[in-house]
Amino acid sequence: MAYDAPADLSSGISACPACVAAPSAQRLAALQRPETARLILSLPTAHCAACMATVEGALKAHPGVHSARVNLTLKRVSVEAEAEVTAAQLADVLERVGYEAHELDAGLLSMTETDRQGREILMRLGVAFFSMMNIMLLSVAVWSGAEAATRDMFHWISALIAIPTVAFVGQPFFKSAWRALRVGRLGMDVPISLALILASSISLYETMHSGEKAYFDAAVMLAFFLLLGRYLDHRSRALARSAAEELAALEVPRAIVLQDGQEFLRPIAQVAKGDLVLVRPGGRMPVDGVVVQGTSEVDRGLLTGESLPAFAGPGLAVSAGEVNLTGPLTLRVTAAGRDSSLHRMADLVAVAESARNRYTTLAERAARIYSPLVHILSFSAFAFWLWKTGGDVRFAVNISAAVLIITCPCALGLAVPAVVTAASGKLFRKGVLIKNGTALERLAEVDVVVFDKTGTLTLGTPTPCNLESVSAQDQSVALALAKASSHPLAMALAGQISGAPAAVTDLREVPGYGIEGQLHGQTVRLGRAGWAGVEGLAQTATYLAITGQAPVAFTFTDQIRPGAEAAIAGLTLQGKRIKLVSGDTEAAVRAFAARVGIADWVAGALPAEKAAIVRGLADQGHKVLMVGDGLNDTAALAAAHVSISPAQALDAARVASDIVLLGRDLAAIADATRIARQATKRMVENFQISAAYNVIAVPLALMGAATPLAAALAMSLSSITVSLNALRLR
Amino acid sequence: MQILTVLIPVSLFLGFIGLVAFIWAMRTRQFDDPQGDASRILTKEYDDKPAP
Repeated sequence: MAYDAPADLSSGISACPACVAAPSAQRLAALQRPETARLILSLPTAHCAACMATVEGALKAHPGVHSARVNLTLKRVSVEAEAEVTAAQLADVLERVGYEAHELDAGLLSMTETDRQGREILMRLGVAFFSMMNIMLLSVAVWSGAEAATRDMFHWISALIAIPTVAFVGQPFFKSAWRALRVGRLGMDVPISLALILASSISLYETMHSGEKAYFDAAVMLAFFLLLGRYLDHRSRALARSAAEELAALEVPRAIVLQDGQEFLRPIAQVAKGDLVLVRPGGRMPVDGVVVQGTSEVDRGLLTGESLPAFAGPGLAVSAGEVNLTGPLTLRVTAAGRDSSLHRMADLVAVAESARNRYTTLAERAARIYSPLVHILSFSAFAFWLWKTGGDVRFAVNISAAVLIITCPCALGLAVPAVVTAASGKLFRKGVLIKNGTALERLAEVDVVVFDKTGTLTLGTPTPCNLESVSAQDQSVALALAKASSHPLAMALAGQISGAPAAVTDLREVPGYGIEGQLHGQTVRLGRAGWAGVEGLAQTATYLAITGQAPVAFTFTDQIRPGAEAAIAGLTLQGKRIKLVSGDTEAAVRAFAARVGIADWVAGALPAEKAAIVRGLADQGHKVLMVGDGLNDTAALAAAHVSISPAQALDAARVASDIVLLGRDLAAIADATRIARQATKRMVENFQISAAYNVIAVPLALMGAATPLAAALAMSLSSITVSLNALRLR
Repeated sequence: MQILTVLIPVSLFLGFIGLVAFIWAMRTRQFDDPQGDASRILTKEYDDKPAP
């Protein structure tokens, strides 16, 4: 197959063309590189030393693999291998040793691997820690009674360490404070920067005049604890972002374009309206189009929630995202890229996203009270003491600096990040990925859970459910026919029927209809109802027709996703209302709802109706958690207060949701809501703890009774208490 | 008190070694996979000295 290198990739692939152009170029370059290749696979279920040894051992045993190394923190394995080794082969190898693995796009990931921002903060954190400890060493001597020249010398050494440190370490705060001031706002960083600068300069002034109080230790400690909070915050964000990109890297959008009878593999951005596109069996429609050639069946599950495959033949309109099941289809493109229904759906999501971003977090609410309060306190302390002492500026500035340091938002800065880190770390180990910073808090408020059926509560893979009522003879004929096809229903049958297949000859697959063969000179068929000569049933079924006999129906049910029942039971136990909203037929939904024990269900819901149901619940004052995987769910996912989708969901659905389940198991949903509730409780507790410290310390500072020792104690104790409180999360 | 002129630089120097070690460890990406490294010491396969 010819591969024509794209001239321009800078349009259309993603919502942000600039971000995507570079990695795509890299990706394409990597594809053409002949020698060793680096492959990255996601390992959502790896969790221990034995897992690492097994995975690395299995991969190294595979021919062509040079080295494999697991990163347990990111749950990934990177493999150096010969160019002919494909990620799909490696995923199979891992599947055999019992690990779920997905291919990732190395080009996209290389961007996040060199996490420069994170390392920069870590560097500053290390420098701050070094300075803090050294200054503390000297400060302890001063507090325990060093006098005169010794004290001055210790102060000078502290100044020598502290001032360059504050200048280097404080940069992120200074920068963001400056940005806030320029647009006329008072963020958290303005009082922080003010405290850092004021404390350092007043201490330097005191040192020069042999003063008793120097706050170098406090200034550096302030910087250290705040950087710690910032680093934790950054880490949980970076982890979420890289994993989100990982998911984006799962699907590489390309299409096979037919031109003058030749096939070209092209990025979707280069496919134009009117082109002919070939979709092989098992492939996903890359564009919207009309079938011009070929017959097949298409699985519209992801778009509509229907579990029954639909017949596709010339003249049928198909939408991007549907899966072609049996025969090759040639499409005339009616809309590609930006205009395709897939993208329009994604655009809808973007609109809803911006609405969700207006959610104010606990931290923001706290900062809104905190910032002005601190400034007012500090300034009024300054004014009061200036008046009281009759113009002693040095004393007044000292007091206001002490107020700024003591009210330091150390605990505030740590209160939320420490809890979020603890909670998201815990959830990540359970295979739950928090994509959005405010998702935890929103999840904690949920009281109604809306589930989609196909692909969410079910795996989307059918299993035959009436085999016992079919005679052994018919079963063996069906097995022989089913083995010849790659249709999902046929594969499910072939996997479940035991025994030897009948001697069926002349097997041939009729795309879009079924499989046909000859048995003792008679024609036997396995396939669609009409083709087998019967009236179709309401549920998913395939039909076996043997000439001279009444056709036999094999009915199927969708397999329940592991953990679905546990999740529903867990959520019910937590007192949440559960609702099932599906696009599938009423019969299928009714049967399924009875099986998993959901009393409240809606069948045949169109995408807009799903979103309307969610919005209706929201209007009644409910906070809705939507769990869904398909394109038909995206609008509902975006409309919900918070949303979850499995990793196997379609791109658009994952983009629309705040939380992604990395494994196959659904049970983690109940854990997630429980941990989210707990986390929010801890956050509130942390705010209360730091407020309590301030209630004791601030009056002392205002009265001028605060010593550097008191400041250091208040700061470190409050920071340590909130961190420990965050770790209590179970 | 004279001893302080020796001890303070010494303590600073020792602290500085720690800082340099930290920066080196960070630059060589030893903080990229803390969880994996913690588990790796439990495996019996030594990657620096492969079994003969």
